[in-house]
Amino acid sequence: MNPQESAAAPEAPVAEDPIKAQNAQVMALLTRLFGEATFTDVHEPYGLLTATTTREKIHEIIAGLQQDQELKFHFLTTMCGINYPENVGKELGMIYHLHSMTKNIRLRLKIFFPIADPVVPTLTDLYNTANWMEREAYDFFGVIFTGHPNLIRILNVEDMDYHPMRREYPVEDGTREDKTDLFFGR
Amino acid sequence: MADNRVPEIKTVEAPEGVEGAGFFATSLEKVVGMARANSLWPLPFATSCCGIEFMATMGSHYDISRFGSERPSFSPRQADLLMVMGTIAKKMAPIVKQVYEQMAEPRWVLAMGACACSGGIFDSYSVLQGIDRIIPVDVYVPGCPPRPEQVLDGLMRVQDLARSESFRRRNAPEYQELLASYNIK
Amino acid sequence: MAVNDALAGTHKIQEEAAAQRPGQLMPILNDFSQELTTLNLGPTHPATHGIFQNILQMDGERIVSGVPTIGYIHRAFEKLAERKPFYQITTLTDRMNYCSSPINNLGWHMTVEKLLGVTVPKRAQYIRVIMMELARIADHLICNSILGVDTGAFTGFLYVFQEREKIYEIYEEVCGARLTTNMGRVGGMERDLSPAALDKLRAWLKSFPAVMKEFENMFNRNRIFMDRVVNVGPISAEKALSYGFTGPNLRAAGVDYDVRVMNPYSSYEDFEFDIPVGTNGDTYDRFIVRNEEIWQSLRIINQALDKLPDGPYHADAPHYYLPTKPEVYKNMEALIYHFKIVMGEIDAPVGEVYHSVEGGNGELGFYLVSDGGRTPYRLHFRRPCFIYYQAYPEMAVGTTLSDAIVILSSMNVIAGELDA
Repeated sequence: MNPQESAAAPEAPVAEDPIKAQNAQVMALLTRLFGEATFTDVHEPYGLLTATTTREKIHEIIAGLQQDQELKFHFLTTMCGINYPENVGKELGMIYHLHSMTKNIRLRLKIFFPIADPVVPTLTDLYNTANWMEREAYDFFGVIFTGHPNLIRILNVEDMDYHPMRREYPVEDGTREDKTDLFFGR
Repeated sequence: MADNRVPEIKTVEAPEGVEGAGFFATSLEKVVGMARANSLWPLPFATSCCGIEFMATMGSHYDISRFGSERPSFSPRQADLLMVMGTIAKKMAPIVKQVYEQMAEPRWVLAMGACACSGGIFDSYSVLQGIDRIIPVDVYVPGCPPRPEQVLDGLMRVQDLARSESFRRRNAPEYQELLASYNIK
Repeated sequence: MAVNDALAGTHKIQEEAAAQRPGQLMPILNDFSQELTTLNLGPTHPATHGIFQNILQMDGERIVSGVPTIGYIHRAFEKLAERKPFYQITTLTDRMNYCSSPINNLGWHMTVEKLLGVTVPKRAQYIRVIMMELARIADHLICNSILGVDTGAFTGFLYVFQEREKIYEIYEEVCGARLTTNMGRVGGMERDLSPAALDKLRAWLKSFPAVMKEFENMFNRNRIFMDRVVNVGPISAEKALSYGFTGPNLRAAGVDYDVRVMNPYSSYEDFEFDIPVGTNGDTYDRFIVRNEEIWQSLRIINQALDKLPDGPYHADAPHYYLPTKPEVYKNMEALIYHFKIVMGEIDAPVGEVYHSVEGGNGELGFYLVSDGGRTPYRLHFRRPCFIYYQAYPEMAVGTTLSDAIVILSSMNVIAGELDA
């Protein structure tokens, strides 16, 4: 990519409408490329286009967006897991934030899947940066990324036997005795 | 240029002793204590935020070399003082212990900051709740992070320990018991 | 030549030397060609500034491969954030990139304000800009002076740490703390800029450029320094983008991406400043880009001080903005709001928000999912260090050990931000 293309002049704060129009444009393109049924729950919280899709489609969609000559979603801003224990069958989720630097469009894609079968295709073949992000999601939530070159824990100790960011596990260290006080404890 | 006063150089006071014409007698313990106290070589075990405050302490403004500790010894073999600065995660705990074990006697430990003292605000599954769970600590410096003045004060408390410590304390059964309770050696 | 023929093709260094001096007799080396040395760099190493481990495979002095291990100060920020009310999370953000805490603090406040729909008055926005740029200068000063230390020049470090102390003093006037500042409040600043703070800031703005010039004079065209850093650890723009680089490291590779310009926040669109870019993304470029950003930050601070508008320093949002102590003691309503905010009983809307600011190391993002409760349902930090540090093995492979240290230093990896 030509670095000069990503040059962005300081621009005035954009009003509500241009963002809406831009998002509508992106959404139209997305439905044209991948079909209307692919995306559910499309909305724009605080101006950021958000759509939910399925794990079967996610790799295809992000690859398509990356290769798209118009939008050029070259940049994977971040990805993170999320856990909703009460959504039976869709307990775990992955949330991807994509960024097109040339057009300055951000896009948020979500997928949800059951906790019993937390298997998601990897994005490491598209973005180098996905490597550690996926390892982090595996470490925290136990999401298994098929095709990941080195899916091991990244932040926690190797012999940890649970995935601490899931809602059912406590944050506190279990070995503190000084915090069991009834009035001044946790 | 106009100021041609001789700069006041502070030297360490001689320990108590008997003085006379051409001789000065004191106990060896006191002399060694004085020498040790004024040339503590710290091992800066800096892990996080407190390490930046230690850098400020080392810098020109606070100047830790006024206390004879300007030579950070990154090798535990030559260090007298282990300064643990910052959060010690459970993943890091065995390494702290190993570094402590590699240090030669006499050795002192200074826990700098709330995290090293007690885990601080990080009451979480991954953080060791105070380094005194794995190694004995001599001086605790509270604060999140402590100001450099506090760090220097902590260092002076270690100097007090070094100055007054008996030769044989490190061979004392209490000390051996303490180490044994931490399962060291 | 017979001696050399016997060793031909067996040793990399031998080959390189032969290529450089064709036809000349080479010194005899033992054949270590099949033997790689494993070197354990870290987790506590004087030159790594923070704790991360790299297990390097060395062929003599050259690095063949590196395997980084991180997580040595993993503190579970994201998990802790799920248990803390919004205003308590500020203390967590302090300890993320502790070299530039105010940017983290204010970025988090802006995220919450975006969620709550609070508009901050201009004066507070300008004060925030001043503080964030001061923090950026402090961050870059640490990185660049430590790069100097790693190349053997301790003087620069001693010079600029004096200036950092002065920045700390300004922080103290503004919020009372030096390093972990916990600066500002949701809805504005905690207090107005005091006359003492303004005096200190103005005095510092006068004295700092001379020190910075001196620092640059010492390094920028220094033969020894340039030999150590030019063309060391270059990364191309494509690679950098693929690895998720942001901030000075990406700009050194030639991409002028800056959140302050791309998605202006806190009135950054009011100020005129340039984005310095490098050409080939090597260590020297990173150093120069950071130095230049310090000058640009100074420009922004000067503009913001000149244009500092009058008016309130916090939003008129009593539901969210913590009232001052005297008011809490005298005013019933303020007491109620104070109690509600401290207990975390503010009515936050249900929603999700992503807000990013230009941190010292790049795009610092906060992804906040709120379910209307007193704490975030999920809070994810986009930590620039964590994302770009994974490129380190690729940048270090093929260089020598001393270069690897310099590359690591110039990437400015902050352990607190790396491990969260």
